[in-house]
Amino acid sequence: MEFFFQILINGLSIGFLYALTALGFVMIFKSSSVLNFAHGGLMAIGAFLFLVLSVWARLPIWLAFILTLAGSFSLGFIIERFFLRPLIGEALIEVIMLTLGLFIMFRGLLLFIFGGDIYSYPDFLPPALTFHWGPIEVAGVYVATFIIGLIFLGLFGFFFKYSSQGIYMRSVADNQPAAMALGVHVRRVFALSWAIAALVCAMSGIVLGIINGINVHEVSDLGIKVFPVVILGGLDSIGGAILGGIIIGLLETFTGGYISSGLREVVPYIVLIIILLIKPYGLFGLVEIERV
Amino acid sequence: MEDNILLKINNISVVYSDVIQILKAVSLDIPEGQIVSLLGSNGAGKTTTLKAVSGILKPENGKVTEGTINYEGHNIQNSSPERVTRLGIIQVMEGRQPFKYLTVEENLRVGTATRWGKPYKKDLEMVYHYFAPLVYRKHSLAGYCSGGELQMLVMGRALMAQPRLLLLDEPSLGLAPMLVKEIFEIVKRINKEQRTTLMLVEQNANMALQIANFGYVMENGKIVLEGDAKDLRENPDVKEFYLGVAATGAIKTYKDVKSYKRRKRWL
Ligand SMILES: Nc1ncnc2c1ncn2[C@@H]1O[C@H](COP(=O)(O)OP(=O)(O)OP(=O)(O)O)[C@@H](O)[C@H]1O
Ligand SMILES: [Mg+2]
Repeated sequence: MEFFFQILINGLSIGFLYALTALGFVMIFKSSSVLNFAHGGLMAIGAFLFLVLSVWARLPIWLAFILTLAGSFSLGFIIERFFLRPLIGEALIEVIMLTLGLFIMFRGLLLFIFGGDIYSYPDFLPPALTFHWGPIEVAGVYVATFIIGLIFLGLFGFFFKYSSQGIYMRSVADNQPAAMALGVHVRRVFALSWAIAALVCAMSGIVLGIINGINVHEVSDLGIKVFPVVILGGLDSIGGAILGGIIIGLLETFTGGYISSGLREVVPYIVLIIILLIKPYGLFGLVEIERV
Repeated sequence: MEDNILLKINNISVVYSDVIQILKAVSLDIPEGQIVSLLGSNGAGKTTTLKAVSGILKPENGKVTEGTINYEGHNIQNSSPERVTRLGIIQVMEGRQPFKYLTVEENLRVGTATRWGKPYKKDLEMVYHYFAPLVYRKHSLAGYCSGGELQMLVMGRALMAQPRLLLLDEPSLGLAPMLVKEIFEIVKRINKEQRTTLMLVEQNANMALQIANFGYVMENGKIVLEGDAKDLRENPDVKEFYLGVAATGAIKTYKDVKSYKRRKRWL
C-alpha cells in the first residue's frame, strides 16, 4: 500500500511535468498549426542554462531558476520572430523541417559546448522537502515537482481562462480570421505561444535534470515523449494535453514500479501506437461543435 | 448640407492571387454618422469591398492594385487588419463566425483586442443592453448558440471595440423575418445612440434601404447605381431586381437565388 502511494505521488508529479510541456506544445499547434519538433531541444537548453547559472555563475538557486525561465521565454520569442515568422503561409512540411532543423542545431550547439558528459545540479532541495508519512517516503524532488507543477498548471489555467491576453490566444486558436477581424495581433499570439512553450520546456528540462542528471542526449530525447502525451490527449485540446500528461506519467511510474523498470520507457510509445490505431484524434480531442 | 466624409473609396481595383480581378474602379463615400448600404447579387464583390477596407484581403492573397482608400486622412489600402482595426474600423464578417469554444462573454471580450488593458465593463453592459438575449447565455459556449444569438454575438463583439465605422456583412442571412426586423432596429439604434457610422452589405434590399441613408448597387465588381435610400426604393430597376417587385408582377426575391446558402435557424 505504501509502495502504491509512493508511486502514485511520483507518477502524478512526473505527470504534471509532462502535462505542462504538452500544454506548450498544444498551444503552438492550436494557434499556428506548427508541430514543434524542437521541443526536446528547448528542454535541454533550459536544463543547461540553469546549470550554467547555478553552478558556473554561482547565482542563488531561486535567481538562477527565474533567470532561466525568463531567458527561455525570450528565446521562444526570438525563435518565432526570426525562424517561424518568415515561413507563415508556407507548406506544413517546410515548417516541420524547420523545427526539426532547430532541434538538431540546438543539440549540436549544446554538444559543442558541453560535450556528451553527464552533469548534475548541486543538491539544493532542502531535506525537509522529503515527504514522510508512516513508512511512506517520497523524495524531495518529486514533492517539489508536484508543487511546482500544480502551481504552474493553476497559473496557466487562470491565464487562459480569465486574462484578456489568454482569451485572445484562445480566440486565434479557435477562429483565426475572426480574431484578425477584431484586431487581435495574431503574430504576437504566435510569439507568445512559443515563449510560453519554451518556458515550460525549460522548467521540465530542469526537473528531469534533477532526477536523471543532465546530459544533452538524454534530456533532448525526453522531448519526444511529448508526442505520446499529445496524441493521447488530442493535439488540439489543452485539457486533453493536461490529462494525457498525467496519464502517461502515471502509466510510466506504475509500469516501472510493478512490472519492470526496463519497460517503463517503452510504455508511452506502446500507448501511442494503440491510440493511433483505434482513436487517431486522441482520447480527448475536441468534439467538433456542429450546429445546423 | 455638406457631410463630413469618414471613408472615401477612390477608384479601387482588387485582384486576388495576382490574376483574378474582382473589383474594377469602385468608388464610394461613407459620410460620418450615416448608414450606407451596399447591395448587389451573389458574387458582385460586396464582401471583397469590405475586406479591402478592413485589411482582410491580405491574408486571402488579395490586393488593392489601383486607387486609394482614405479614412480620416490615412491611406489604408493594403494595410494590415491590426492597423485598420486600431484606427476604429471593425468588420463583422459574413456567415457569423463565433469563437465556438469560448463562452459568449469571452467572445465579447475578444472585441477589446484593439485596446488591451483598458477597462471594458461598461462596454459589456452596453452590449447586453442592446442584445438582451445574450445576458442569459453569458457563460455558455458560443458554439451552442442559435443563429439569432450568434448574429447578436458577432455584432456585440464588434461593438466592444468601440468602432467609429462598422462594416456589417449580411446580418440578415438565414434569420427569421421577425428577427431580421429586430436586428435592423438595433442597428439603427446603435447608429443613432453610439454615433457609429455603418456600411451595410445586404441581400435583403428592402430592409437595408429602410434604415440606410444612402445606397450603392454593385454588379460584377462595379458600382452600377447609387442614390439616396428613398430614391433607390422608388427606382424601377431596384424594385425589379432587388425588392422582388418585378415589372410583370412576378415575385423574384433574392431569397430564391441564395436559398442554397441559407441555413434555416430560429432563435
Ligand atoms: N480569395 C479569393 N480568391 C479568388 N476569388 C475570390 C476570392 N474571394 C472571393 N472571390 C471571388 O470574388 C467574387 C466576388 O466575391 P464576393 O465574396 O466579394 O461577393 P459578394 O458580393 O459578397 O457575394 P455574396 O452575396 O454571395 O456574398 C466571387 O466571384 C468570388 O468567387
Ligand atoms: Mg458576400
